[in-house]
Order: sequence, then C-alpha cells, then structure tokens
Amino acid sequence: MKSFLSVLGVLIIIAAILILPRINNVPKLDEAVNAAWAQVDNQYKRRADLIPNLVATVKGYASHEKEVFTQVTEARAKVGQITLTPEMLNDPKALEMFQNAQDSLSSALSRLLAVSENYPDLKANQNFINLQAQLEGTENRIAVARKDYIKAVKDYNVELRTIPGKWVAALLYPEAEIKQTFTATPAEQKNPEVAF
Amino acid sequence: MPLFRYLLGFALLAFTLLSAQPAFPELTSRVVDEATLFSAAQKAELESTLENHENNTSNQVVVVTLKSLDGYDIRDYGLELGRAWGIGQKDKNNGVLLIIAPNERKVSIEVGYGLEGALPDATAKSIIDQEILPYFKEGDYFGGAKFGVDAIISAIKGEYVSYEVESSSKSFKFTDLIMPLIFLFVFIAGPVFGKKNKFDANNIIPALIFSGFVGIFTWIMFSILLLSITLSIIVFISMLFADPTVYENSSGGSYSGYSGGGGFSSGGGFSGGGGSFGGGGASGSW
Repeated sequence: MKSFLSVLGVLIIIAAILILPRINNVPKLDEAVNAAWAQVDNQYKRRADLIPNLVATVKGYASHEKEVFTQVTEARAKVGQITLTPEMLNDPKALEMFQNAQDSLSSALSRLLAVSENYPDLKANQNFINLQAQLEGTENRIAVARKDYIKAVKDYNVELRTIPGKWVAALLYPEAEIKQTFTATPAEQKNPEVAF
Repeated sequence: MPLFRYLLGFALLAFTLLSAQPAFPELTSRVVDEATLFSAAQKAELESTLENHENNTSNQVVVVTLKSLDGYDIRDYGLELGRAWGIGQKDKNNGVLLIIAPNERKVSIEVGYGLEGALPDATAKSIIDQEILPYFKEGDYFGGAKFGVDAIISAIKGEYVSYEVESSSKSFKFTDLIMPLIFLFVFIAGPVFGKKNKFDANNIIPALIFSGFVGIFTWIMFSILLLSITLSIIVFISMLFADPTVYENSSGGSYSGYSGGGGFSSGGGFSGGGGSFGGGGASGSW
C-alpha cells in the first residue's frame, strides 16, 4: 500500500511539474496572436496610406491612364471598409474576405506600377522613386508581419491541440477555439514580376 | 551508474554544441567579414566607427559580408539574421544591419523596429543607390561600406541618445543558462540523492575545487558575480553531502567547448542587445 501511495505521489508531482507552469499558456498565446494580428493590420494600413500619394504622382505624368487609377482607388476603398477585430480571427470567412480585398489591392498596385514603366520621366522622378522604395519596404513588412502572425497562430493552435494544453483548456478556457491563418493564394505564389 | 551519468553529461554537451545555428556566421564583432572583403586595418576602422556610435547612442549597427546567400532572398536572410543575432537593444529595437553579398552582387540595409522612423525605407534605398552602389560597381567594397555606414549613422544619430548604455558583457539570455544548469544537475543530482546523505569530511576538498571551478566558469560566461557566487555555494553544499566515489569516474567529463546559440564572443567583445526586426529597410544590386 505504501509503495503504491508513493508511486501515486510521484506521478502527481510529475503531472504538476508538467502542467502548472503552462496553466497560463492559452491566454498568453491568445494575446500574442492578437498582438501579431495588430501588426499585420498596421502594415496593410500603411500600404493603403501610401496609395493616394502614389496615384497623384503617377497622374502627374500619365493622366490619361484612367482605368488603372480607378481600379487602385476602388480597391483601396474596399480594403478600408473591412476591419478584422481579434474576435473574428476564429472565423475563416472573415479572414478570407480580408485576404481577398488585400489581394485585389495588390493586383491593382502591380498594374499601376507596370503602367508606370512606360513613362521614363515618371521613373526618374525622385518622389516616385521614394514612393517605390516605401512601397517595397511596406510589402516586405507585410510579409514579415504575416509570417509572425502565422507563427503566433500555430503556437496557439498547437497548445490547444496537444496534451496537456488540451486538458488545461478544456478545464479552464472552454471558449478557446482554433484560429485561422493566412493561406498563400495562387496569385501570391506567382509573385508578380515588377521589373524596374 | 556513474558511467551512465557521465555518458548523459557528454551527450548533453554534444547536443549543446550542435544546437548552435549552422547557417549564420558567428557574431564576433560589429564587422563580420565572412567574405573577406576588408583588410585588417579597414575592418578595424569600421569597427571603431560603429563602436563609437553605439557608445554615444546605444544604437547597434553591424556590417556583415556573406560568402553566399544560400539561395535566400537578401531581405529574408537579413531579417532572420538580425533576429537571430538580436541586434539592437531589447527594449528599443534600435539595430541596423548592412549586409553585403558579393557573390550574388546584392546589398541590403535591414532596419530594426525602433529606427524605422529615423531611417525610413526610402532613405535606406537612397543610401544604397547613392552612397554604396557607386563604389561597389568599381569593386571598392570598403569605400561603399564606409560611406554607407557614415550615411546610416547620420540618418539615425538624433533618434536615440542614451546615457545609460549597458555594458555589452552584461546582456545574456536566460535560455543560455539551461544547458549549464542541466550539466550541474547531472553531476550533482546523482551524488546528492545517492546513498550517503550525511556530511562527509572527505568531501570538503573536492567540493571546494569543483565549486570554485563552477564559480569561475559562470563568471567567465556571464560576468554576473551574484550568479557565480550563488551557483558555487549551491554546488559546494550539495557536494558536502554527496557520495564521493561518484566523482572518481565521472570527473573526466569536462565543460570545455560549450557554445550556445546567441551573440557571445569570447573575451570582452560585442554581443547583440536582444533587439528585433520587422522587415524595414531596402536592398539593391550591382
């Protein structure tokens, strides 16, 4: 009897050592996901903010390319209408809508830059050069923010799906749900070639 | 049993050595010249400029030349490298990396989160186009690096002026403690939980020697006196109550060669302050 109790005691101690330090993991990882999302949202907004200036500059040299300007401006308006709050990060439809809107803006931007290729004076304009650099930088930051977000979501989902996180969540955080993450769209995978 | 413990300690040592990042060069100083583009004098001049800047502002600017990008995009590589090395102070993320990849003829400036205001992407691009590439096109790597560094420093000078610059040897990551602590437990846990759990006078001398060794070792690795003293005391007390026969076989294991990941250099050098990067910066090619 005594040895049974001591074995049980050891097992309980081991279980406590494994579980107690992780008892706050779910909310912590959840907050990490929210923070990572805020960064993604931030960088996308930054890109949207660059667009009016970009359109104005290109218009200065290529005013009759009306279709391209309209597309970009409309895509930007659409992006501005969709906001994703942290609660919506569990909803695959919401994320898909967001991603589609941003992808439309990406395509419209590519077209705008492609059209700019035909105007050497525009390409030499220092303001345009700066805007291009900013745009490139922002696209890079978007990529980094997405990468960090995907990782944050992965850490959270793994915690929810593996033991002992699964048990802790079932007991203490029953409302916790698997979160959605970005998928690489076929358009993205093709990496638009904008050659300068 | 002693043999097993020795083997376990050795296996942990091997694991420690292998867990260092293989793909990145080691952060030995503020100029990591893997592609050997600079002479010793040139390297020293760049290092001095960068060191002075850090002493004045706490910004960490590092120049790295790479033999090869291994197929990676230079911005992707730069981001991972900046994060792995932890360039910039942890609370400010004020790091900048100037990366030169002569094999792929690419150069980039990677800007930490904290300096994105002072060194925006457009400015980084201008620096690359106007200060760096003209020299690289002539094959003058030092010229490009020097004027690039000067331009970067001019851009970021005003942003962070810190009069409380931490001495670089103080910064360490807690994760770097894990391996040495595991070693300690392997060599101590056994004896402590061994058969003889009472004070044995024969243990005093080995206890003194070993705890002294532990103290000196942790002092060299982490330069934190309190840590060294605490660990020495723990080791000393543990060993006083230990079974001495254990050490006759296992004392052959040694601590030499521990090298964790992260920005340490041996002997009063430079290490990353733990800063992070978010993708800001620009790149160019020639």
